Amino acid sequence: MILGKVIGNVVSTIKLPIFQGYKILLVQPINDKEEPQGKTVLALDTVQAGVGDNVLVIDEGNSSRLIMNNPMAPVRTMIVGIVDLVKTTEKKDKENGR
Amino acid sequence: MKLGKVIGNVVCTQKVDSFQGIKLLLLQPLNEKLEEIGEPVVACDTVQAGLNDIVFYEGGREAALGLKNWFNPSDLTIMGIVDQVNIGE
Repeated sequence: MILGKVIGNVVSTIKLPIFQGYKILLVQPINDKEEPQGKTVLALDTVQAGVGDNVLVIDEGNSSRLIMNNPMAPVRTMIVGIVDLVKTTEKKDKENGR
Repeated sequence: MKLGKVIGNVVCTQKVDSFQGIKLLLLQPLNEKLEEIGEPVVACDTVQAGLNDIVFYEGGREAALGLKNWFNPSDLTIMGIVDQVNIGE
């Protein structure tokens, strides 16, 4: 799983039937300091995330198919959680002025 | 999934049997601002996309699963036509 930030959404009417009813969001992968890292990806939303949210993203096919409960779903990237807080030891040291 | 723009089509008579009846399109990958990135690629079409359409596509095993007959050697498959991309903030 990777951390990402939702930066936008994608509207699509004509798509494979399996995508029907799912939101497609633009996700910018971020590192532990919430800095952008790498290319943006499109992800299916399962948790009603919105623009600006930090999210948990699965970028692996088998896990996504399991979540969609369909072993033949052509889906790889999915948003599976909204991140409230990321705590790292490095950040804590910085806050304490060390 | 990634964004791309259809910039042409590829006609191919001699191809693998599992590709019979499947349209091949030339795609230019795009970033979130719809600017061109990287080199054009060839992708299988499932949604009857046309020239200049913005589409989203998937690679890897999911590309094969996107076609009707799942047992095929597709590497990239177009999954939908994009109407609009909204970027917040």
